[in-house]
Amino acid sequence: MLQIDLWKRVLIWLVCVAGLMLALPNAFYTRVEQANDAALELVAKGETPERLAVAEQWPSWMPSGLVNLGLDLRGGAHLLAEVQVEDVYAARMDALWPEVRDALRPERSAIGTFRRQQGPEDQIRLKISKPEGMSRALEVVRGLATPVTSLTGAGANDIEVSASGDILTIELSDAEKLATDDRTVRQSLEIVRRRIDEVGTREPTIQRQGADRILIQVPGIGSASELKEIIGTTAQLTFSPVVSRGSDPDANAGAGNKVIPSLDEGGTYYTIESAPVVTGEDLVDAQPAFDQNGRPAVNFRFNTSGARRFGDYTAENIGSPFAIVLDDEVVSAPVIQSHIPGGSGIITGNFTIEESTNLAVLLRAGALPAGLDFLEERTIGPELGQDSIDAGKVATVVAFVGVLVFMTLSYGLFGLFANVALMLNIGLIFGALSLIGGTLTLPGIAGIVLTVGMAVDANVLVFERIREELKNGRGPARAIDEGYSKALSAILDANITTFITAVILFAMGSGPVRGFAITLGLGIMTSVFTAIFVTRLMIVMWYDRRRPKTIEV
Amino acid sequence: MRLKLVPNETSFDFFSKWKLWLGISALLMVVGFASFLIQGLNYGIDFRGGTTIRTESTQEVDVGAYRDAMAALELGDVTITEVFDPTFDDDEFVAMIRIQAQEEGEAISGAMIGQIQTALDAAAPGIKFESVESVGPKVSGELVQTAVIAVALAIGKVLVYIWLRFEWQFALGAVAALVHDVILTIGIFSELQIKFDLAIIAALLTIVGYSLNDTVVVFDRVRENLRKYKKKSLAEVLNLSINETLSRTMMTSVTTLLALVSLYVLGGDVIRGFVFAMIWGVIVGTYSSIFVASAILLYLGVKRDWTKPTNTTGNQFANVDA
Repeated sequence: MLQIDLWKRVLIWLVCVAGLMLALPNAFYTRVEQANDAALELVAKGETPERLAVAEQWPSWMPSGLVNLGLDLRGGAHLLAEVQVEDVYAARMDALWPEVRDALRPERSAIGTFRRQQGPEDQIRLKISKPEGMSRALEVVRGLATPVTSLTGAGANDIEVSASGDILTIELSDAEKLATDDRTVRQSLEIVRRRIDEVGTREPTIQRQGADRILIQVPGIGSASELKEIIGTTAQLTFSPVVSRGSDPDANAGAGNKVIPSLDEGGTYYTIESAPVVTGEDLVDAQPAFDQNGRPAVNFRFNTSGARRFGDYTAENIGSPFAIVLDDEVVSAPVIQSHIPGGSGIITGNFTIEESTNLAVLLRAGALPAGLDFLEERTIGPELGQDSIDAGKVATVVAFVGVLVFMTLSYGLFGLFANVALMLNIGLIFGALSLIGGTLTLPGIAGIVLTVGMAVDANVLVFERIREELKNGRGPARAIDEGYSKALSAILDANITTFITAVILFAMGSGPVRGFAITLGLGIMTSVFTAIFVTRLMIVMWYDRRRPKTIEV
Repeated sequence: MRLKLVPNETSFDFFSKWKLWLGISALLMVVGFASFLIQGLNYGIDFRGGTTIRTESTQEVDVGAYRDAMAALELGDVTITEVFDPTFDDDEFVAMIRIQAQEEGEAISGAMIGQIQTALDAAAPGIKFESVESVGPKVSGELVQTAVIAVALAIGKVLVYIWLRFEWQFALGAVAALVHDVILTIGIFSELQIKFDLAIIAALLTIVGYSLNDTVVVFDRVRENLRKYKKKSLAEVLNLSINETLSRTMMTSVTTLLALVSLYVLGGDVIRGFVFAMIWGVIVGTYSSIFVASAILLYLGVKRDWTKPTNTTGNQFANVDA
């Protein structure tokens, strides 16, 4: 009766101390944050006396995990983007076209002449002059197909080739589309991450959501529009042969070509070949620079294969123009003066310094394989966040004091025990949040306040039970013991059901709602722990020392 | 001397008029639901798409001037409301501007936000945008769906849990109380036209959790007393159980309300709707665990004979602890 094994006592206190130690850094938020940043820089950029001094603001043997503040508290931008996965199909077809052309050329005796027809962008439609040779054409084109490289698409080919009359149609197979979509989203995610890293903001959240969406949260950035400028640009750079130049946007481009506008010269349109000579994928570096006239420009360098293709092309086409194309707009279209062997060059245009710097960042990080469509964007100003933190702090303190006073008035000494447990409880919530790297949001603060109110519930259940047992004539020790054991099933049932809703909230919710679910769920766990272990241990220790003949609860 | 919310011994008769209470609850539910159907909820952008801008200015908000300034931009339906809050400074004037979802694209474009800012700056020099939130129609549709699924799932899981731990009559009683709480909360949001957004869904789910907490504590005592007093009628056992747990019910409700009211008054306007839902939910949840959940239990009846094997009723997990 009223015995708690020594190892249990030690374990309970250890958990409490560990929780409080983990929570402690949050009491010195700014200082620890600076120290953590400095410690990271020490590793990344080497030692300087200033960094060492800042890093030593917080002793390294102490836990240094902090609760992340959500966007609604810290301020920042939130974007939900949808990747336009279909964009890639057209690019795949354009890339396939030269291959198809080269494969069919030797077969002219069987299939006659062939031309690419205008059609949907995600298809290649070919017209052949000898329909009787169609089976041979199908055979040749199907020979170009390769098996799909994904688990679900195993056994299928990447392209589907069909014929009707004298028209041969090539398109991506469904299995390949699925595999491509997945690849596209993963590439986009990686490139968005690289671009944001290049800009160097702290602790961005970049994660995939569902099949084709990307969630981006960047604390501390001024507005979602700024963020969109960095990540919303596709930055697809190509070097393409120019067919002609004109002023008609609806000019007949001919198969395999396309008409695109000039970036700077309004009313000027270029007809270029859809299949580029070299693309931005072959870039190894891009830096902001100035051209010989002192205007902002971007220097770039190709990798070996890109340099070879670029060199070969310039050697063969001296005197004809080629276009530097960025996101389907011609930045410039110089005439090739000589063979350019080194694989490096310069992009000039009417750039401002800021634009050339941005373009260099985008080119270095790589092009997005597909466009992004923004479904949701939120900007929270840092002041609003700070206001919310301040209001939340005041409300939590007032709630806390109110509950403490109320409990003491209602249960006397036992109420004090419950109060100690309650304070410990708040500490443990913060400790647990820091440990799992959880995010505190405004509804999360509400979750903590709610936990303050509800955390006493388990204690109340026990105390009321002890009262009843005392009323039924039990001795103090027996009443305490019975009170705990009889209240246990109610405590567990009540908290498990609430916990179920917290789990569902976490699984279904997003952003702030999820923050609420985290604090609520952690609060339930810590409050059950403090009520059935910590308060009990305190009561037992008090009882062991005092041995009162009667107790009042 | 202890502070006591409830006397030591109570013997209120909660069930002499249980049909009346159930009737009142049913009536309130009908009123709430009718209000929801007729008037509808004041959905935030989370659920119907569009853009909200929170502006802050050092001059008083002139809604008419704001409206005129934005009229030229032809944004369709624009709602402007001034926000008041005791936590604001004296020269802090805040307004919320809500703009309907635009035809082109999903989220609002940065250029458009710039235009709005320029237009408003002419009407109220030095105006700042504290927050800009824009949700496209595609996402808002999904958010509605997810929210409905979340609430349904929460209620469903709870039904199963209580059925496993108690008996099906208890589960039905508890779920009836939950549905009651959810409908009354939606009803009051529709009646008072308070903004209904994602955070309110979180509040709804918490109400579900809280109300359940209360109901389960009462049911736990009912289960215990059913075994203890085999001769008493179900109504007597229910009454006794509720009286025995009344002190705890009040204590917990009051401490929770204490915390919530302080958040309501001091927590700022951003979170006020959310906290209002919770306060309402705690009150309704406390009421419903006695007058709805227990009354339904009384109406359904409970199998009392525990001597016969009843392992098929699904209560075989009732003794896993305690």
